[in-house]
Amino acid sequence: MHIIRSNDLVKPALGKMVVEAPYVVKYRKPGQFIILRIDEVGERIPLTIADVDKEKDTITLYYQVVGTTTQKLSVLKAGDALRDIAGPLGHPTEIKNYGTVVCIGGGIGTAPLYPIARAMNEAGNRVITIIGARTEDLLMLTDKFETVGEETIICTDDGSSGRKAFVTDPLKEIMAAETIDAVVAIGPVPMMKAVSELTREKKILTVVSLNAIMIDGTGMCGGCRVTINGETKFTCVDGPEFNGHEVNFDELVSRLGTYRIEETVSKEKHQHKCKIGLGK
Amino acid sequence: MPELTPEERKNNFAEIPLGYSEETAVLEASRCIQCKKPLCVEGCPVNIDIPGFIKEIADKKFLKAFEVLKKDNMLPAVCGRVCPQESQCEEVCILGKKFEPVAIGKLERFAADYERSIEHAAGAEIEEKKDKKVAIIGSGPAGLSAAGDLAGEGYQVTIFEALHQPGGVLVYGIPEFRLPKEIVDYEIDSLKEKGVEIVVNRVIGMSETIDDLLDNEFDAVFIGSGAGLPGFLNIPGENLKGVYSANEYLTRANLMKAYMFPEYDTPIIKGKNIAIFGGGNVAMDSARVAARLGAENVYLVYRRSREEMPARLEEIHHAEQEGINFQLLTNPVGFTDDTMGNLAGVECLRMELGETDDSGRRRPIPVEDSEFVLAIDVAIIAIGSSPNPVIQKSTADLDTTKRGTIVIDEETMKSSKPGVFAGGDIVSGAATVIEAMGAGRKAAKSINDYLTTGIW
Repeated sequence: MHIIRSNDLVKPALGKMVVEAPYVVKYRKPGQFIILRIDEVGERIPLTIADVDKEKDTITLYYQVVGTTTQKLSVLKAGDALRDIAGPLGHPTEIKNYGTVVCIGGGIGTAPLYPIARAMNEAGNRVITIIGARTEDLLMLTDKFETVGEETIICTDDGSSGRKAFVTDPLKEIMAAETIDAVVAIGPVPMMKAVSELTREKKILTVVSLNAIMIDGTGMCGGCRVTINGETKFTCVDGPEFNGHEVNFDELVSRLGTYRIEETVSKEKHQHKCKIGLGK
Repeated sequence: MPELTPEERKNNFAEIPLGYSEETAVLEASRCIQCKKPLCVEGCPVNIDIPGFIKEIADKKFLKAFEVLKKDNMLPAVCGRVCPQESQCEEVCILGKKFEPVAIGKLERFAADYERSIEHAAGAEIEEKKDKKVAIIGSGPAGLSAAGDLAGEGYQVTIFEALHQPGGVLVYGIPEFRLPKEIVDYEIDSLKEKGVEIVVNRVIGMSETIDDLLDNEFDAVFIGSGAGLPGFLNIPGENLKGVYSANEYLTRANLMKAYMFPEYDTPIIKGKNIAIFGGGNVAMDSARVAARLGAENVYLVYRRSREEMPARLEEIHHAEQEGINFQLLTNPVGFTDDTMGNLAGVECLRMELGETDDSGRRRPIPVEDSEFVLAIDVAIIAIGSSPNPVIQKSTADLDTTKRGTIVIDEETMKSSKPGVFAGGDIVSGAATVIEAMGAGRKAAKSINDYLTTGIW
């Protein structure tokens, strides 16, 4: 059982949970994720570890409230508990002194990007950050990034905050103005795909973190399989980070939609319960 | 043995063989002629004293029968249900030459179920506590058995399990209707009563390594991490929506109870036309789960003939009764899609049998111009699995084979790394519950010797 220390909606559909997980805290490195299960009937879902507090033995998780499980997460309170947390899982980010690193976060991807940007900074890299979201309500951690790296550029698709642009626009400008040694991009799949396409010609090392559907997270089921350079890899044990130029993004987008129908069925069942307010 | 009819089975996950009554058990046990040189004992992978326990049943001493079983078999309620007795003990039973062999498996099940029904009547005998600690990686049959014996010897035992529920294949692989989870829970509770600590959600090898375990807390380690790496066909279209490895399909259905969606949150695609590829017990389990999830057509596609199928005859028989459509001598060539990334069909080729290959079975050869398409919306790949590589990757001085299995000394179960033992599927490749259990028990004996003498 993992006690929740705090759980707040930092934006209308964006939750931030701080939960006890001493084993994860002990071993976690930036880039890794956990798999959690709320209760006996719950699904297992992966969430990237955004931060750890070694003194309090807690990890910080951000989650977008989209379907049944994230909906259930959002109503938990401090003092409630999560039944299961497994981790840290996946390979940590390879932190090196590359030179100039552009860190790009899209929407909820900005959460796991933060510890990576910080680590890159500490490793001696010159770090430029671009944070983007569809609209201001989906922007996160903008103030935290101010303390990391040389420059933080904020953009929104609708212009409600920062520049009215996609993250690829400032990236294009930086690419034209100077040499970039590496790019780390974490966010919605179309965003990671667009960034990878942009950097392909100049052969800039581009690291992306994939968010495939997972069940066990330990390499035993193949549910999270992706095609990398024509070969099948498992996101949970071979990733979650891969070379953006080798990822079959279209296939990943397709596979992420596997349970569209079931997601609706589940949502309806749980919404129905909440509205009436009867029973459990 | 009385069974649920196919109609009764169709929409539920209840166990099928209904078990013997006391009268029937005694009658069946009395058939055993108590051979002076019992062949059945040799036929058993762990040499259970079969005539011994059967005699106790015939004498109506059911608890005593259980005790005899338990000496050699850590998990009699499990093995009585899932062991392929027809190719082990029952195959060599003398009575089987002219009549039906003694129903050894069903009698084993009877004795174990009897003990469970009166709950822990056979108390645990624990030697005095020893000051050494053993780490067991994996809570499948090998790990559980090793833990049981070591705890019985007085050692402090901790089992590390990667998933959130212990049991390994017993909970994620074998469906409820073949092995009720209540039985696995019972065995695990017995272990906890013996003082075994079970830590779930712990993936040894991801962060903490075996060296960490040996340096920090433990005096010996047993690796029972199993063969959980799924095999894929490597044909076009295998990543389409609707194509599952059997591991994923069964984990969703069995462990995560997706058959109770949306009451349970984990989804599973409830296809109308499902094809399972493979011919072993996992393929049978997958097919029978698919049938219970409301599929209209369930095809079992296997490239050889019925005789070559490695699955238990009893399970093939059950599958046929439940309406599974066996497409034998058929091989998949590629999956086709509906232009939206969903599985729509599988192109197949008919096969014929040629010469024997190294597995001792006749090699399937494609029949020219025999292509045809099976319209399906779910495919389940059940062609076998290999050893989970997590431990091997993180332990440099652990000798492994090309297949990824851990190399051990067959007698001592010792790996190449001092203090580290291994057994079960991680050593043999995918095999049976009883073999894993036997390996766990053999390793426990060897670990006891090592920790007592201090000599590797």
